[in-house]
Amino acid sequence: MTQPATAAQKETPTSAAKSARGQEISRRLGLRWDVRSLSLLGVLVVLVAVGGITAPDEFLATSNLQLVLTQASVIGVVTVGMTFVITGGGIDLSVGAIVALASVWATTVATQEFGFAGILFTAVIVGVGCGLVNGLLIAYGRLVPFIATLAMLASARGLALQITDGSTQIVAVDSVLDLGARDAYVLGVPPLVLIFAAVTVIGWLLLNRTTFGRRTVAVGGNAEAARLAGIDVRRQRLYLYLLSGLCCGIAAFMLIVLAGSGQNTNGNLYELDAIAAAIIGGTLLSGGRGTILGSVLGVLVFTTITNIFALNNLETAVQQIAKGAIIVAAVLVQRRSMPGDA
Amino acid sequence: MAPQPPLLTMSGITKSFPGVRALDGVDLEVQAGEVHCLLGQNGAGKSTLIKVLAGAHQPDSGEITWRGEPVTLRSPIAAMRLGIATIYQELDLIEGLSVAENVFLGHEPTSAGFVVRGSVARAATAQLLRRLGHSEIDPARLVGDLSAAQQQIVSMARALSHDVRLIVMDEPSAALDPEEVDNLFRIVGDLTADGVAVIYISHRLEEIRRIGRRVTVLKEGRSVAGGLPAESTPTEEVVALMTGRNVEYVFPERPEAGFAAGSEPVLKVEGLTRRGEFAPVDLELRPGEIVGLAGLVGSGRSEILETIYGARKPDGGRVLVDGAPLRPGSVRAAVRAGIGLAPEERKAQGLLMLESVSSNVSVSTLSRFARAGWLDRRTERAAAHQAVRELSLRPDNPDAAIRTLSGGNQQKAVLARWLLRGCKVLLLDEPTRGVDIGARAELYAVIRRLADEGLAVLLVSSEVPEVLGLADRVLVLREGSVVHTADARELDEHRVLDLVMEGSPTP
Ligand SMILES: Nc1ncnc2c1ncn2[C@@H]1O[C@H](COP(=O)(O)OP(=O)(O)OP(=O)(O)O)[C@@H](O)[C@H]1O
Ligand SMILES: [Mg+2]
Repeated sequence: MTQPATAAQKETPTSAAKSARGQEISRRLGLRWDVRSLSLLGVLVVLVAVGGITAPDEFLATSNLQLVLTQASVIGVVTVGMTFVITGGGIDLSVGAIVALASVWATTVATQEFGFAGILFTAVIVGVGCGLVNGLLIAYGRLVPFIATLAMLASARGLALQITDGSTQIVAVDSVLDLGARDAYVLGVPPLVLIFAAVTVIGWLLLNRTTFGRRTVAVGGNAEAARLAGIDVRRQRLYLYLLSGLCCGIAAFMLIVLAGSGQNTNGNLYELDAIAAAIIGGTLLSGGRGTILGSVLGVLVFTTITNIFALNNLETAVQQIAKGAIIVAAVLVQRRSMPGDA
Repeated sequence: MAPQPPLLTMSGITKSFPGVRALDGVDLEVQAGEVHCLLGQNGAGKSTLIKVLAGAHQPDSGEITWRGEPVTLRSPIAAMRLGIATIYQELDLIEGLSVAENVFLGHEPTSAGFVVRGSVARAATAQLLRRLGHSEIDPARLVGDLSAAQQQIVSMARALSHDVRLIVMDEPSAALDPEEVDNLFRIVGDLTADGVAVIYISHRLEEIRRIGRRVTVLKEGRSVAGGLPAESTPTEEVVALMTGRNVEYVFPERPEAGFAAGSEPVLKVEGLTRRGEFAPVDLELRPGEIVGLAGLVGSGRSEILETIYGARKPDGGRVLVDGAPLRPGSVRAAVRAGIGLAPEERKAQGLLMLESVSSNVSVSTLSRFARAGWLDRRTERAAAHQAVRELSLRPDNPDAAIRTLSGGNQQKAVLARWLLRGCKVLLLDEPTRGVDIGARAELYAVIRRLADEGLAVLLVSSEVPEVLGLADRVLVLREGSVVHTADARELDEHRVLDLVMEGSPTP
């Protein structure tokens, strides 16, 4: 009985067991790659310091921090959905277009007649509807996610343009606008940031604590193994795009609150920002590993950079170069902290 | 004894894939509490049959009866609900999930139906691992960090995590060393004592004799014999049923002793070491010589090969080919100097799963088929075809997608690649894992023929008889150190096993 165990024990030095403990703790927090999450946190701290030094009065002002968080919230909600899709082995290029479509559909004159509930409901339903189409095409129509969501990107943007005819649709529903006003802040925190926080917490629980999350990782890590384990892989894929669509709907509503209008140019290049934030956060682009906290850190890093550049009146060109450099650096760190990658 | 109704009957099962009739009328009958062995050559349809039983493939026709009732197994879930658990040939675990998460994947203990109770799963997993004699595996560890043998144990724990009446094991012993196999058999014994039936697939006849009760033989998708007594059926009869001919399970003849001793070594390894993996190793390999490395899984055998090949960077020592030292840790340098490696984990390291047989075989020889960068597809394909034909790979079609090949045939494709390449030094890691008896003899003959033509071969195998039968010289490894070196003719299996486990020869 003891004999067989000894052979394999020798393969497992105690140091490995110790690191397994550390790994377990960080996994429980959803920080699958501690090194990287820490380094990302470090980057954020450095950025805050840079902001504090280069624009001492503006950057650390409460109103500016509120602004940064609010901006991060909209793209953050989209990124949480994207993290699920990527972890499940897919990609969603249509998020920005869905946000645009949902935001204009929810602000048409007809919808606005139904007030707050009408706008919120329409935004969410349009988002989920687009996600449903994506999901059906990918899971049951066997389209490659890249292609299916690229097609959705094109058609949703086109539809958004058709609805608005290129004009900005001003929101006249006060209860919606009030949500963005300073009076609505809860202890200094804007309601949109609270929505983002709620989405983050729910997303984290969903990914780390539920069978849904477990199945997402399994499908993204090895779809055939997941199928053999009795998981309905196609249904899981459908759910993932539904979830991403839902997040886009919520983000569209948040944008409406923020801008007080709906526009067909909303959510421009959100797909790139969301994918980049998820990847630098530690979600594996090939699927099978994902971290919500990492994604949120990624979003905060990007938004902070944008803010610092704006405060220092630097060009967007420089800003984009900086973003690109950060993506490369983050992926290089990811390589080094990958276990067993000689 | 009154005849019990069988636990499982499958009759007239057929299953076609595009262009292949994998199953062409198979009958199988399994009694509760027995170990029923499935035998057949590579590509005979064993794995396909058990995938039908697992609900992973739908049969084209045929009937399945479970405890007297006809059943349809529409999905893996349906089979699991009946109490059929399967350990697949290719390890099917999710590397990004922990041991416990893998064990309970698809049937997690939950509260409110969707919140996973992680601690419950971990505790249950720890208990299963203890039952399997492997309490050292931490249920919280990522499966991707475990060794192949440990992953095999996790697959086993996963099968046992269901309430099972029948466990199907598709070549479970292929990745295990002899000690682990003993452990496996102990577990199988416990299961059958509880009335659980086991369907056991292996290419090793001696295992089937040890634990099997009855044998069903498949040949080219048909069951050619069912319910043979495992212990008393003569080997020749079983082999003849499988292959349709008489194969002698013998090793090719060695050249005269001392033939190689005169020539200069082509490969020299001096004090090569990697901390935590293996102590300094010295090794010389002459053209025409086959040297075997014997040792348990985890004794550093594969690591040594991979370090020589440059896939791992050594902490010390060097590798010389024809007297010239290689740049350490560079696969390019090794390949350019004429070293080839057929790796152990073919799926992860060896094969391009989406490509055809011929592009898999020719991938490391491409420049030979190219003129100014343009590939001459016709000669490429012809050369690949020639190489796989020498190993009697089936189907005999270089355009078949590699992922549709049976496990043993994929292994042959990896070897064919190096045959085609024609290197000076060939490192073989478990070359016959999952290869059937008939093809094994052919493979041995090919390896020996290549050696006779001047190739130097370094061979790693968990099967001691294989090392002793094929190699000229044997190095015995234990925990990363060479504990003994001897002429293969001076060793026997017992002696090697003693050395491997104790490190000192028994008097
Ligand atoms: N998905 C598939 N598509 C096409 N052909 C397939 C597929 N799966 C199996 N086959 C073919 O079916 C035949 C039987 O394969 P199977 O894997 O059942 O063999 P096996 O008896 O398990 O062999 P081995 O001992 O090598 O594991 C082979 O010719 C194989 O190429
Ligand atoms: Mg098989």
